Amino acid sequence: MMEILGILIPVSLLLGGIGLGAFVWAMQNRQFDDPAGDASRILIDTWDTKPMGDQKPLADPEPDTQV
Amino acid sequence: MTAAYPSITPGGMGCAACAVAPLATLQAASAPGAGTRRVLLTLPGAHCAACISTVEAALLAIPGVHAARVNLTQKRAYIDAAPHVTLEALCTAVAAAGYEVHELHEASLLNAETERQGRDLLMRLGVAFFAMMNVMLLSVAVWSGASDATRDMFHWISAAIALPTVLFSGQPFFRSAAASLRAGKLGMDVPISLALILASGISLFETAYSGHHAYFDAAVMLCFFLLAGRYLDHRTRALARSAAAELAALEVPRATVLRGGVATVVPIADVAVGDLVQVLPGARVPVDGLVTAGASEVDRSLLTGESLPARVVPGMPLCVGEVNLTGPLTLRVTAVGAGTTLHRMAELVAVAETAKGAARALADRAAALYSPLVHVLSFSAFGVWMWQTGGDVRTAINISAAVLIITCPCALGLAVPAVVTAASGHLFRKGLLVKNGTALERLAEVDTVVFDKTGTLTLGQPVLQDARALSGDHARVALALAMATAHPLAVALAHSLRAAGTQPARLSGVTEVPGDGMAAEWNGLPVQLGRADWLGATAIDTTATYLRIGDATHAFAFADTLRPGAQDLITSLQRSGMAVAIVSGDTGPAVCALANRLGIANWHADMRPDAKAAMVAALMAKGHRVLMVGDGLNDTTALASAHVSISPANALDAARAASDIVLLGKDLAPVAEALRIAKRARKRIIENFAISGAYNVVAVPLALIGLATPLAAALAMSLSSVTVSLNALRVK
Repeated sequence: MMEILGILIPVSLLLGGIGLGAFVWAMQNRQFDDPAGDASRILIDTWDTKPMGDQKPLADPEPDTQV
Repeated sequence: MTAAYPSITPGGMGCAACAVAPLATLQAASAPGAGTRRVLLTLPGAHCAACISTVEAALLAIPGVHAARVNLTQKRAYIDAAPHVTLEALCTAVAAAGYEVHELHEASLLNAETERQGRDLLMRLGVAFFAMMNVMLLSVAVWSGASDATRDMFHWISAAIALPTVLFSGQPFFRSAAASLRAGKLGMDVPISLALILASGISLFETAYSGHHAYFDAAVMLCFFLLAGRYLDHRTRALARSAAAELAALEVPRATVLRGGVATVVPIADVAVGDLVQVLPGARVPVDGLVTAGASEVDRSLLTGESLPARVVPGMPLCVGEVNLTGPLTLRVTAVGAGTTLHRMAELVAVAETAKGAARALADRAAALYSPLVHVLSFSAFGVWMWQTGGDVRTAINISAAVLIITCPCALGLAVPAVVTAASGHLFRKGLLVKNGTALERLAEVDTVVFDKTGTLTLGQPVLQDARALSGDHARVALALAMATAHPLAVALAHSLRAAGTQPARLSGVTEVPGDGMAAEWNGLPVQLGRADWLGATAIDTTATYLRIGDATHAFAFADTLRPGAQDLITSLQRSGMAVAIVSGDTGPAVCALANRLGIANWHADMRPDAKAAMVAALMAKGHRVLMVGDGLNDTTALASAHVSISPANALDAARAASDIVLLGKDLAPVAEALRIAKRARKRIIENFAISGAYNVVAVPLALIGLATPLAAALAMSLSSVTVSLNALRVK
C-alpha cells in the first residue's frame, strides 16, 4: 500500500518545486512591479510592442539600436 | 524623520553601500556611447488603460525617445531618451495629451534601496510559503498516524525542505537578533531566532533518533507568519516614504541667477554666496539675501504666520520661503544651503526630535515585557523537567523548545503591522499620508489640539469683507485700478467687486508703483490704490488695501478664507471634549476675529517660532498629549516637539518633513477621521495583544506539562495568526 508514496512524494515535491521556480522567476523578472498597469494593459487594443525590460530608476540602459 | 529627506546629492547619503549602488548604475547610464538617459515623470492623474496608451503614444512620438513605459501602480512614466531630448519637451507632450505631469527629481534614487529590500523580503516570504505548504502536507500524514519507517522518512523529507528554508527565510530575524544582542538588548527577534534554531535543531536530533515529535512545520510556519508581518510593515513604510518623497520632488528648487548680465536658471545647489539672484513676482524666494534693486511686497506668512504683506526696499534682508508679490527683485545672496534660515530651523527641529524620543511604540513596550517572560518560562521548564526526570536532557530540551514555539510572538509580530497597514491604507484613500509608523498610536492618545492660523485654518487667500455694501464711485474707481495689477489683494478686490455687479470707471494714465500700489487719474482727480502709508491714510487693524480719490481715503478690509472643513473639525473636536487652541504669528485682531468665528476661546497671537514650541512643550510638560497642526516654517519646531503633528500638503518642505502625517487635500475634515481611525486602530492593536495572550494562556500550561504535540503548536500558531489578521481588517 505504501509503494504509492514512492511515486506521490517525488511528484508532489516536483510540483511544489515548479511553483517555487515560477515564483523565483517572476520575482527576478519584476513581474510584480506594476500590477495595476498589467491589469489595465490587456484592455488596450494595440500590441504592446515596446515592453521596457526593467523599470529600475537609472538602470543599465538598453543597447542603442538607433545608431 | 528628517531622514526621509536627505540631501539628494549622491555623496550626501548615509551609508557607503547605499551611496555606491545607485552611483554605479548612474555612471553606467551616463557612460559614453550609451546614448540614452533615463527620465522619470510622475503622472498623478493616470488611472486607466486609455491613460497608459495615450501617454506612451505621446511620448514615443517625440523624436529621440527610445522607450516609454507608464507604471500605473506608481503613477510614473519611465522614459529612455537621447540626451538631446529636453525635459520640457517631454512634459509639454504629456501635458498636451491632457495629463497633469511633474518632473521627478532624483527622488527615485531614494527608492532604489527600499525597493530592493521589499523584493528581498517578498522572495523570502514566498520561499517560506512554499516550504510551509509542503511540510504541512507531510505533517498531516504524520499526525494522522504514520509510524516507524514512514514517519522517519516524512521527517527526513520535511527536514530537507525546512532546514534550508529556515536558513534562508529566517535571515532577517537572525540579523536583527544579533544586532540587538550586540546592543545589549533583548528585542522581539531574540526569542524568535532562538525558537527557530531550537525547533530546527531538536527536530533534526529527534529525526535522527526516530523520535515521535518533529517541529519542522512549526519552524517554517513561524517564519512565514512573521515574515508576512515584516513585509506588511515594510510596504506601508515604503509607500508612505515614496509618496512623501514625491511631494518634495514636485518642487525642484531652482533660482534665476544673473551672471554677466545674463539671467540663467540653475539648480539651487549651484548658487554661490555673492551671486545676484532675480525673483519675479509670484515666485518664492530661493535663497537668503539682501535686496539690491527693485521694490515690492513680500508674503511672509509661511515664515512668521503674519497675513499682512510686508514692504520691501533695497537693503532689506529676505529669507528662503517668502513669496514676492508685486515687483521684480534682485538679491545678493548672503547664505546658501546649510547657512540659510531654513536649515538653521531644521537643526532646531532635530534637537526637538531627540528630546521627544521617549515615545515608544506599543509593540516595543509589549516586546519588552514579553521577551524576558518567554525566556524565563522556557528555561524554567528545562530546569524543572531535568529535575523531575532525573537528568533526561532530551525530554527537557524538547519541552523547553515546545514552550518557545508556542509562546513565540507570531501574533505579536503580525498584530501591529496588519492593523497599521489597514488603517494607513484607509486614511490614504481619505487623503492623509501617515509618514511615521507610530503616528497612529500617538494620535490615539491626543487630548489637546493646537492649530496654526495662516495657511492651516485659513487658506491664506484674502476675501473682501462686505463687498455687497460697496457701490458708487469709489467702488468703480477701485475696480478699475485693481484690474490693472496682479497683486493678490487687488485680484481679490476686483473679483469681489465684479461679482457684486460693479462696472469699472474710466481712468487715464494708469501706472504701477512696485511695492506701493496703483496710481491713475479719474475725471481730473488723482486716484491711488495701495498701501496706507503711501496714500497717507490711517491704517486699520486688519489686512486692507486703501483707495484715495482726491483727498478722501477709503479702506477695503479683507478677511482670510477659512479652509474647507475647518469649522466642522473644530466643532467636532470640541464636542468630543478636546481642548482646542490657536497659536499664530499673526497680529492680535486678525487672530481674535478668526477665533471668535470658529468659537475657540483659547488663542495666542504674535507668537514667535520659539514661543510656539515653548507653549507646546509647556502643555506636554503638564501631561497633555498635544496634536499640532501647522504649515509654516515658524511651526516646524512646534510640530517636532508636539506628541504628534499634521501639516497640509502645501506647507513648506521643512514643515512637512517635521510632521508625522501629511494632509494631501485642501479639506481639513480628514483630520477628524484620522483621530477616529487612530482610536479604532489602537483598540484593535490592544485587542490583538489580548487575543494572542489568551491563546498563550491556554497553550503554555499544556506545553509546560509536556502535552504540547507539534499538532497543538501548529493549531495554536495558525489560529492565533489568522484571528489577529481578521481582527485587524475590522479597523474601518
